[in-house]
Amino acid sequence: MVSRRQFIKFGVAGGLLLAAAGVARAQKGYRAATGSDGLEVLTEGDGEVLAAVAPAILAGTGAAGASLAAIVGSIDRAVAGLPPHLQAEVRQLLALLASWPGRRLLAGVSAAWPQASPAEVAAFLERWRFSRWALFQQAYHALHELVLAAWYARPDNWPAIGYPGPPALG
Amino acid sequence: MIHDPIRAGLASGWKVTDASKLERDLALEADVAIIGTGAGGGVTAEILAAAGLDVVLIEEGPLKSSSDFRMVEAEAYPQLYQESAARKTLDKAITILQGRAVGGSTTVNWTSSFRTSEVTLGYWRERFGLGEFTASALAPWFERMERRLAIAPWTVPANENNELLRRGGAKLGIATAAIRRNVSGCANLGYCGMGCPTNAKQSMLVTTIPAALERGARLVCLARAERLRLSRGRAEGLECRALDARGVHPTGRRVTVRARHYVVAAGGIGSPALLLRSGAPDPYRVLGFRTFLHPTVISAAVMPGPVRGYAGAPQTVYSDHFLERGPIDGPVGFKLEAAPLHPVLFGMTLQGFGARHAGLMKSFRDSQVLLALLRDGFHPDSPGGNVGLRDDGSPVLAYPLTPYLWDGVRRALLAMAEIQFAAGAREVVPVHERAAPYGSWPAAKAGIAALPLEPLLTRVVSAHVMGGCGMADAPQRGVVDADGRHFHIENLSVHDGSVFPTSLGVNPQLSIYALVARNATALAGALARKPVTQGA
Repeated sequence: MVSRRQFIKFGVAGGLLLAAAGVARAQKGYRAATGSDGLEVLTEGDGEVLAAVAPAILAGTGAAGASLAAIVGSIDRAVAGLPPHLQAEVRQLLALLASWPGRRLLAGVSAAWPQASPAEVAAFLERWRFSRWALFQQAYHALHELVLAAWYARPDNWPAIGYPGPPALG
Repeated sequence: MIHDPIRAGLASGWKVTDASKLERDLALEADVAIIGTGAGGGVTAEILAAAGLDVVLIEEGPLKSSSDFRMVEAEAYPQLYQESAARKTLDKAITILQGRAVGGSTTVNWTSSFRTSEVTLGYWRERFGLGEFTASALAPWFERMERRLAIAPWTVPANENNELLRRGGAKLGIATAAIRRNVSGCANLGYCGMGCPTNAKQSMLVTTIPAALERGARLVCLARAERLRLSRGRAEGLECRALDARGVHPTGRRVTVRARHYVVAAGGIGSPALLLRSGAPDPYRVLGFRTFLHPTVISAAVMPGPVRGYAGAPQTVYSDHFLERGPIDGPVGFKLEAAPLHPVLFGMTLQGFGARHAGLMKSFRDSQVLLALLRDGFHPDSPGGNVGLRDDGSPVLAYPLTPYLWDGVRRALLAMAEIQFAAGAREVVPVHERAAPYGSWPAAKAGIAALPLEPLLTRVVSAHVMGGCGMADAPQRGVVDADGRHFHIENLSVHDGSVFPTSLGVNPQLSIYALVARNATALAGALARKPVTQGA
């Protein structure tokens, strides 16, 4: 049967992440109810992380400039539509990555996010993707899904993959 | 302009409350409160309303209809799916697609319609004491719902995405067959998963629910059933929270319903969760356990020419070859079907990132996708998952992927790759973080044999949540009896896929419709015979 143990395992791991993220939030003077920079639920720091991660995930799509900048806003809107428990997880993950210990010690990225090279970010993503810790794998998948969903939701990005968009109804 | 029967009904005076707009609390009384408006709640509402009972329907999601269904993923997933289609198991290894809107998953499903198989019913009779569940006893209920929902063979040629399953199977001697669909005047667009824009799909949204509303039933949407007040073996009331227009945060307004009888139809995760939040008696620790998913693995293929998997009816060909090869309680079997391709879901699902992911996406138009749905729940090593509650009361499913299931996953990835190469694939890409595109069947065979099959490396998804409030002949083995009546709460029934004691081995909608038609008819008789007593 399943397993209270499974609940507890993730509970403990999740708890550590939460504790770390809580510290990060406190350091950044996080305000729970309002975002910044026209963002609804994400903070400026969250946006910096995503702005650095997105080009690595989208390398090869031709993503650049304005379409890349729009990604952060799209992700913010998507996160705002998630149930509260998922919003909290995403914000905790991004806050953790935005924090110095999160970036340096967990992600292994030495430069501040705006200065991080795509190669360095890609290496971090690859480490988390194949980490032996489920928590890092889960975090990788969260970033993967947020960025790719936001990108392929945009009609501008459909012609490159040969998707004509929905048919017109007569 | 396509006629929108929901907007027309609202204009004609249907009693529908959008709870997000409530400015004060709402208290309702009714003969029957139905929680959930999907396959179970919809059928129940129509039958009880036709019997003259006063019905209130409670729905967590919004009321959206054909005018809103613009075939755009970025709109459909947040509006119409649980957790914006990002619902996952506790360990995040399985993504679960479930509807959350009026009509429930029937508003967004792909219309595949199968009767419960005799081999599944036989297992239920033998292991769960459900002696009444024979194919012949259920046949009239299947026939009734097939007529009601226009379930019939689909005679339009399959799209290329489905046709490739048939063609590849034929080359290998793997039998395939056509899937029946619940459609009427289908335009073969391919966007069933985003809500049918032409009202061809005979979902609950356009059939049973309008019929109930025409008879005076009341519907409250964007209201989340929080708990049933239970006392001395009876339900005394239902407490709901109104949600904001996006269905994310409670507004602070409350909706309460007092009824003679309560029908829980919130689906395979929602129903056990509501009973857990309500502190329902569970002396044998069965509530929320034995939750099944048809864990599903995915194989993408790049074909030599256009497939256009986004266009045309999404699921029209299937194969039960790998279900029928062994006994139901032997090594896990799987059903093969095709899956429609749309950019967001495909992009999120494909493994990897950067240039390799982008390379796979460049073949989007020429890609074909097969699914293998594992038939879980028929073996001691496939006990299913269990539903628990987070601190905020929201439900979460823990579902262990056992070695028994991984054995089936490997066989399924192999079978799908072989079929895709037989159908002419240039490359096959099992959806797994360690799988490279394979250029030939021998390469795929060797590659798949060596893949580490683990959670979060292997992509596993589910669109079929079953069980958690299983039915049985005795409370030691189930939450409800063969008629869906709760063993410990006399005026409470469960009418949805959560009552299945195992998975089904088929897409579940028709099994839910038929079983619920049977149980709702019995319930209507029982409630009609009793004199109406004043409030609980």
